Amino acid sequence: MTEPSWMSDTRERIRAVESGGTSEKSGPLLSIRNLSKHFPIKRGLLGRTAGAVRAVNDVSFDIARGETLSLVGESGCGKTTTGRSILRLIEPTEGRIDFDGRDIRRLGASALRAVRREMQIIFQDPVSSLNPRMTIGAAIREGIRIHRLAEGAAANAIVKRLLEEVGLRGEYATRYPHEFSGGQRQRIGIARALAVEPRFIVCDEPVSALDVSVQAQVINLLRDLQRDRQLTYLFIAHDLSVVKHMSDRVAVMYLGKILELASAEDLYREPMMPYTQALLSAVPVPDPRIRKERILLQGDVPSPASPPPGCVFHPRCHHPAKDAACAKIVPPLEEKAPGHFVACIKQPPTLVSWEQQQEAGGVNPPVRYLPVVEQLSRSDN
Amino acid sequence: MNEPPAPLLSVENLSTWFHTPAAIAKSVDGVSFSVAPGEMLGIVGESGCGKSVTALSILRLIQQPGRIEPGSRIMFEGNDLVTLDDSAMRHIRGNRISMIFQEPMSALNPVFTVGDQVAEVVRIHGEGSRKDAWKRAVEMLSLTGIPDPEERARQYPHQLSGGMRQRVLIAMALVMNPALVIADEPTTALDVTIQAQILELLVDLQKRFGTSILLITHDLGVVAETASRVVVMYCGEVVEEADVETLFSAAHHPYTEGLMQAMPQLGESRDRLNVIPGSVPPPTDWPSGCRFRDRCKYSWELCEQQHPPLYQISAAHTSRCHLALEPERRAHPHPPLVEQLGVPA
Amino acid sequence: MIADLPLPFLAKRTVARRLLSNRSALAAIALLLVIIIPCVAAPAFAPYDPSVQPDIIGLRSQGPTAAHPFGTDPFSRDVLSRVLYGGRVSLAVALVATLVSITLGTAYGAIAGFAGGAVEAVMMRILDALLSIPRLLLLIAIFAAWRQLPLAGFVGIIGLTGWYGLSRIVRGQVLAIKGEEFVVSARALGAGRARILLKHILPNILTPVIVAAALGVGHVILLEAGLSYLGIGVQQPEPSWGNIIQDGSDQIAGLWWISFFPGMAIVLTVMAFNVLGDALREALQPRHMGAE
Repeated sequence: MTEPSWMSDTRERIRAVESGGTSEKSGPLLSIRNLSKHFPIKRGLLGRTAGAVRAVNDVSFDIARGETLSLVGESGCGKTTTGRSILRLIEPTEGRIDFDGRDIRRLGASALRAVRREMQIIFQDPVSSLNPRMTIGAAIREGIRIHRLAEGAAANAIVKRLLEEVGLRGEYATRYPHEFSGGQRQRIGIARALAVEPRFIVCDEPVSALDVSVQAQVINLLRDLQRDRQLTYLFIAHDLSVVKHMSDRVAVMYLGKILELASAEDLYREPMMPYTQALLSAVPVPDPRIRKERILLQGDVPSPASPPPGCVFHPRCHHPAKDAACAKIVPPLEEKAPGHFVACIKQPPTLVSWEQQQEAGGVNPPVRYLPVVEQLSRSDN
Repeated sequence: MNEPPAPLLSVENLSTWFHTPAAIAKSVDGVSFSVAPGEMLGIVGESGCGKSVTALSILRLIQQPGRIEPGSRIMFEGNDLVTLDDSAMRHIRGNRISMIFQEPMSALNPVFTVGDQVAEVVRIHGEGSRKDAWKRAVEMLSLTGIPDPEERARQYPHQLSGGMRQRVLIAMALVMNPALVIADEPTTALDVTIQAQILELLVDLQKRFGTSILLITHDLGVVAETASRVVVMYCGEVVEEADVETLFSAAHHPYTEGLMQAMPQLGESRDRLNVIPGSVPPPTDWPSGCRFRDRCKYSWELCEQQHPPLYQISAAHTSRCHLALEPERRAHPHPPLVEQLGVPA
Repeated sequence: MIADLPLPFLAKRTVARRLLSNRSALAAIALLLVIIIPCVAAPAFAPYDPSVQPDIIGLRSQGPTAAHPFGTDPFSRDVLSRVLYGGRVSLAVALVATLVSITLGTAYGAIAGFAGGAVEAVMMRILDALLSIPRLLLLIAIFAAWRQLPLAGFVGIIGLTGWYGLSRIVRGQVLAIKGEEFVVSARALGAGRARILLKHILPNILTPVIVAAALGVGHVILLEAGLSYLGIGVQQPEPSWGNIIQDGSDQIAGLWWISFFPGMAIVLTVMAFNVLGDALREALQPRHMGAE
């Protein structure tokens, strides 16, 4: 099957845009285009489709080999659904998912199983992510069995080695999940994912349910593993401090759309999307001397079943130039600084021309709005 | 020198143990602290340290097999809450001391409107008609920042968002203008932007009504922003107490120090996080001597032999650590015992 | 944050320990052993052959004596021996029929719950239709029409009509487990549907199945007793608790022992299975450890 020309053009542009990427192979490991997942809402006796919850709405991004891309956002933004859709644990409604150049949406059951080896997932909840009726050794061994990577004693040896690699004792393999603490269960989950030797791991809020001191242990472990095994991560989280620590690049999601995508440094230093600014401002800082100017958002997160028209964030936006155009025009995700993509028609530069905005009822021309958020500029402790 | 005002709440040597057939879980083991009128005290600790059980004990909400052990005293407005009779205790709950729970959805009854639930608190404790109670409820909902309170009061919990529900809980807690509000992880279940709103609300309401707040949380950031004094708990005990500036600039106890270093922070650069190796011991099996010694990088023989008392580090700063006796040892950290024994248990 | 934790029950030691520390469960188990063992080993325990009629004139209809602790019936057969042999039949019918029911119920419910979509919908509607047929009346109709049914057929038909309730429960449980993250994880690892169903889902839904089994046995004993009493169950001269009661039923005031002892056997056995079923439900239940 030959590739349509627009696809190879896209690849060229991605390669040009990608920062870093000193890998032998070229091209991103994962390439997502126009990914959408809609959950139909059924009403009435006959289950008529009355609308859809647009959990993920036209999302596109790439992940380079060996990089960690984080998806952040609050509840309902679609980050978990995105992660699971990429692995086809939830079937996407639309879109293209290229893993190492292959469109995995087209794969049939057995080809998909083979690819499953390479793309794994770590879950948030250490309680429900392990089968309470299986020993942890059996749980880790399962992947090895399914893909016939080893048998009997050889498989057990691999299990022991993995347990040690994640910081547990090899002899724990005969114990049951309930005998372990939350942090230990997360490690077991990581060992299970590593058993099939994947190249890409979706980390779905892996530390959100853990205490602070345990979080630190697991975060360090994930980073060590990434370095030792050349893993690529899609890191899904809502805790911005953790995300900053773990990521190369960050994508901010809201109501199913990506509103900002940039390197971690750029995002935290100079967030351009008003939502990101508010998000960063809301994080409580453990230093009582710093009383910051908080950007308080009004109201609550709307339901993904009825997202606002135009820019999904506009009802709560505090950008001084916000006006009627924001409710009509869906802002494209545009590159406003090198490698820094933002979806906001009021934050220059923008390809949505002033005429177009006026036509949609706009009265305020775009103006750069970067409120000073003090704690980001304080020097390191 | 001003005399400090008499404390509003004084918890003295509180112990709450759970007597199960397998073992006794000493979730709270000799905890003492006090809350002054109009003050916001933060209780910080990770899961298993006993902070929630402490809160439930104050309001005598502990069920079998848990029990407040003899020798515990909780002084509030001249009464010892531990020995108070049931009807007097009911008079206090919701009225003089109220509680805000962590999970707004499960703390609200799904079959009653939120207005009814707030009004119910008024009807239990106050006089006046149903109409008066309803009016007061709507007033309170408005004070907690709920837009269109008249309409919202007629809605059911599932029709409100997480942030709104938490505001309803806050309204229920404050409607009788209590002297003390215990907030048990009030923002943990909320998104960070909503958390910011709720924290601002709590601080605002506290200033307005002069209520004391006992804020229980695991999040040091929340405490830094809102509390004036902090108590740090570990393994059922208070391990450090100080005003918030002192705690964050000059923490004494190695656990507190470890917690602060383990937190990834927005201002920092990317490198390895300092971890506290090992894990929290179970409440059925507290270690002898200092309960933190296996994970501590300063421990020495004394720490195993003698359970440290709360040493007075300065006027308003106490710490349960023998380093108070030999501070020079802080210059010589070593790998904690758990690391020396191999892989963390 | 996450307070620890309701512990799911799997270590068999702990289930056994909980069960045995429950007094009523112990009593129930003891009672069942006292009843079941002699019945199963009836040839060893029964003092006489149950169909032998040694002395129709002299020994007929005698009340309980030392030689015949449960008395004799109008045909001078020893009631105790008949009760023991009858117990063998009644218990065997109950156990096998229940086994058939739980197997069918679990399989049907698991497949329906797991398959989802149209398949599940159709299966559930069929189930609804089956559930609307009153079981007892159906059984009476079948057995009355088909008098010469062999025992195996009798057992089979009882088993085939007793699985509907369990399959509904199993389907509900399967739906609940299907969404658990460890199942998603198995899919992510590449597990096929069969593996997921057998290794991940089934072991986690055993609790209601085991409880249903214990309660089911008691239920079938009653059912069989009733049908045999009506004369359409186990046929004479094969004894079963139900038809022994029948034997004594027309003279129940005078020859009370003939109906009393098998009746007591039924009551005690069913009660014991019910208590055991409840105790198993308790023992298999995840428990909370107080608070954090």
